[in-house]
Amino acid sequence: MTENNELIRSSAAALAEKLAAREITAVEVVQAHLDRIAAVDGQVHAFLHVNAEEALAVAAEVDAIRAAGGAEAEALHELAGVPIAVKDLIVTIGQPTTAGSKILEGWHSPYDATVVERLRAAKMPILGKTNLDEFAMGSSTEHSAYGPTRNPWDLDRIPGGSGGGSAAAVAAFEAPLALGTDTGGSIRQPGAVTGTVGVKPTYGGVSRYGAIAMASSLDQIGPVSRTVLDSALLHQVIGGHDPRDSTSLPDPLEDLVAAARTGNVEGMRIGIIKELHGEGYQAGVENRFNEALELLKGAGAEIVEVSCPNFKYALGAYYLIMPSEASSNLAKFDGVRFGLRVLPEEGPMTIERVMGATRAAGFGDEVKRRIILGTYALSAGYYDAYYGSAQKVRTLIQRDFDAAFAKADVLISPTAPTTAFKLGEKLNDPLAMYLNDVATIPANMAGVPGLSLPGGLADEDGLPVGVQLLAPARQDARLYRVGAVLESLLEAQWGGPLLAKAPSLTDASSAAGAALSHGGSH
Amino acid sequence: MSDATLSFEEAMEKYDPVLGFEVHVELNTKTKMFSSAPNVFGDEPNTNVNEVDLGMPGVLPVVNKTAIESSIKIGLALNCKIAETCRFARKNYFYPDTPKNFQTSQYDEPIAYDGYLDIELADGTVFRVEIERAHMEEDAGKLTHMGGAAGRIQGADYSLVDYNRSGVPLVEIVTKPIEGAGSRAPELAKAYVAAVREIVKNLGVSDARMERGNVRCDANVSLRPHGRERFGIRSETKNVNSLRAVEHAVRYEIQRHAAVLDSGEPVIQETRHWHEDTRSTTSGRPKSDADDYRYFPEPDLVPVVASREWVEELRATLPEPPAARRKRLQADWGYSDLEFRDVVNAGVMDEIEETIAAGATATVARKWWMGEIVGRAKNADVDPGQLGVAPATIVELNKMVEDGKINNKMASEVLDGVLAGEGTPAEIVEKRGLAVVSDDGPLLEAIDAVLAAQPGVADKIRAGKVQAIGAIVGGVMKATRGQADAGRVKELILERLGVEG
Repeated sequence: MTENNELIRSSAAALAEKLAAREITAVEVVQAHLDRIAAVDGQVHAFLHVNAEEALAVAAEVDAIRAAGGAEAEALHELAGVPIAVKDLIVTIGQPTTAGSKILEGWHSPYDATVVERLRAAKMPILGKTNLDEFAMGSSTEHSAYGPTRNPWDLDRIPGGSGGGSAAAVAAFEAPLALGTDTGGSIRQPGAVTGTVGVKPTYGGVSRYGAIAMASSLDQIGPVSRTVLDSALLHQVIGGHDPRDSTSLPDPLEDLVAAARTGNVEGMRIGIIKELHGEGYQAGVENRFNEALELLKGAGAEIVEVSCPNFKYALGAYYLIMPSEASSNLAKFDGVRFGLRVLPEEGPMTIERVMGATRAAGFGDEVKRRIILGTYALSAGYYDAYYGSAQKVRTLIQRDFDAAFAKADVLISPTAPTTAFKLGEKLNDPLAMYLNDVATIPANMAGVPGLSLPGGLADEDGLPVGVQLLAPARQDARLYRVGAVLESLLEAQWGGPLLAKAPSLTDASSAAGAALSHGGSH
Repeated sequence: MSDATLSFEEAMEKYDPVLGFEVHVELNTKTKMFSSAPNVFGDEPNTNVNEVDLGMPGVLPVVNKTAIESSIKIGLALNCKIAETCRFARKNYFYPDTPKNFQTSQYDEPIAYDGYLDIELADGTVFRVEIERAHMEEDAGKLTHMGGAAGRIQGADYSLVDYNRSGVPLVEIVTKPIEGAGSRAPELAKAYVAAVREIVKNLGVSDARMERGNVRCDANVSLRPHGRERFGIRSETKNVNSLRAVEHAVRYEIQRHAAVLDSGEPVIQETRHWHEDTRSTTSGRPKSDADDYRYFPEPDLVPVVASREWVEELRATLPEPPAARRKRLQADWGYSDLEFRDVVNAGVMDEIEETIAAGATATVARKWWMGEIVGRAKNADVDPGQLGVAPATIVELNKMVEDGKINNKMASEVLDGVLAGEGTPAEIVEKRGLAVVSDDGPLLEAIDAVLAAQPGVADKIRAGKVQAIGAIVGGVMKATRGQADAGRVKELILERLGVEG
């Protein structure tokens, strides 16, 4: 048990090193994580599907290649044999993809997302698919049609969203790495409230091919991990140009891993965004944020203040652009070609009525809310006032970023205004829920990269706080440079990783958790 | 349920027609507009599709560069301006032939705009049609409604969808309102669509086969009283898919609108369906300008940038415009207007050009194609060019006739042999024993016999009535089963009778 404990608590980088040195086998690593999932996921519910057989087969293949040695072993990717969980918004051959929605229950994709192809090419065993708010619409994972995921720090609290499953899986040591998607903060905000690291790359930095679209101009796939270096390692696997995504950047990927390994902030200008802290932010969040600034200053960074006056319009504009694009992207879910089909209970059996009945039964309330909002915002006569104006705000936000980055190399803010709230607390108040993303949305609106890393625990509730770093487009490496420094300074203070302070989950209720089967989709 | 109509003449007396056309051209690119699936007509349903064409969750479009090139070429051939940068948009509507439930199209940023096309009518009148825009979009799948009457969705038990056509690249060419055509409106309609079809075929960007839906026309018609500037309310007749149907549909709609206006009722702005069997239209769905497709820029695609250098490169590759080419060829060949029009209408202009290039004179080429091949093609129910006559065959046959080896009648027989696959003309002449009899001995024998049988005719010729010689020549030809050289026979008869030719 102690050895297993060591395997599941290791970083991906540490596992990769031990695998390369043949101190451990990939099968052992995968099995340890499958055991952990069996032990705790009954409580956490991070996974919608566990892919044990395939993950073990890939691990065995890696072990065989390493055992045989030679050129093939040499050619193995650094992360070969290191397991990973995939947000269930990203399509995979051989496993169901639900997007957290009843409308896709039981659907299997006939193709792999580009990022999944890249995981397979690196021979990273895929542990399974993680829970999310339906179609990634939410900030708490409570909007999943398959039940909420719980925060490993406090099972009565939300793990953030929409990528609560990926963040909770990593925080609960069910996986060392996970993939998320971030449209308005769905990687970073769950990272903040679970004490994990999450990165939204530059828009176009990672292919979106195979990520079920919510808002095409905002969505981005990114890494979820427990350390800054691990995110860099995963980012390096999934990033880079993809000819199947027209919005994919043609640039060669920077050496992000090197940036994370040689973290250094000396002489760097780090900008505090005036509009993204203070009023509306929980005191414990604000305190940890200020301490992070002091640490960076102590490491040689220059702290400057920048103003982004148009950020106050970001949330409003986001809630026009995102639902507008979503209303169109989700039109394909109509029961004609795949997924759920529901026939009208009475009346004529026309195609329109079958589509209507299918969508009425298949979509949850939050999805319907956003489809209705978006349909309205795009309607003739309203387009200019809503969608058109929102696009103008987007330009203003980009200009604010341009001005800010003229004064600072990297910007910094709390990731979320509060620590994790209780399940159900904001479920009936969509506007309060939307406010969770106030600090993360501007990055999506401008396409710039952002990273959230643990900043400590809030004094008032002992729950994790996230610190967000933002860099100019295509300068993702800066996030890793600064993030690695801040992480090591904080861990030196804490005497180890923040997650060492999280409850073990197996002490009191392990029997209940272990009893649950995770052989297939829930 | 048929609508009332006025006679065309009466309609023209009372009203002035305004036309407008939307012509959809399917491009013949190897792959689809936004996916790598093959763009092939007529295959097993739902085989030329991939996850993109089926609108599977997570897929993204990628623009086909060849389709952009083809669109720019069409724009240039229509004398349009080419946008330096333009975007795609989403046209949102729910329909099962559209897998994403939106069509990726261009909305307010067409790739080509502000052009014109000069249309030559049968009598040589040139009519300029202004082109508003030519924009790119993707085709929808094909629905087949089963179990109902006449293949309509109303009353059908179920419908089948073939997504092979889904995502096929289309260019939609939209005219500005066409005024002033008057009673030539139906003729102009046909000529316009024919001209567009000819242009895209000539550019090589479309197979341009209307029967396969490669070129599809929606015809807008409205009437207004003579002298009024404001347009009347229009109808849009969908999918008029042959040149003849375009002419008939426009004529019918003019007659129908005129009857509606005469009755004092307003014309309803609507879509009409054309029926070839009854040569009439029926009401489709009401169409209003308020149809809300919730257009917005396609966020999954980046703007299409057409650099000026690229546009000029493409312009340099454009073939000679069809109208200019026709003018040039007619002058080169020295055909009369009537002769040339017959050649064009018979669809053998290209073939005659190739035959001349192979060494025939313009007169000979025309004689063979119009005199021999067109008729055979008609009997075989194929295009003359597809009958399988190589230009070299015509040149060879003609040389044999000129050299006196065979006569015209034999040449026609040899052509039949070539088409039946019996070999080259020389081989067939050999096999069938078709050489002209040019040895004077057997001919003189035959001449003497015929002259002896018709002494009266021989006397007339001797007396100077040389035109009577036909009867003797005919008799000789008959006796030699057509293998004699008629010219030589004539000479020998005159010689025999001691008459100067």
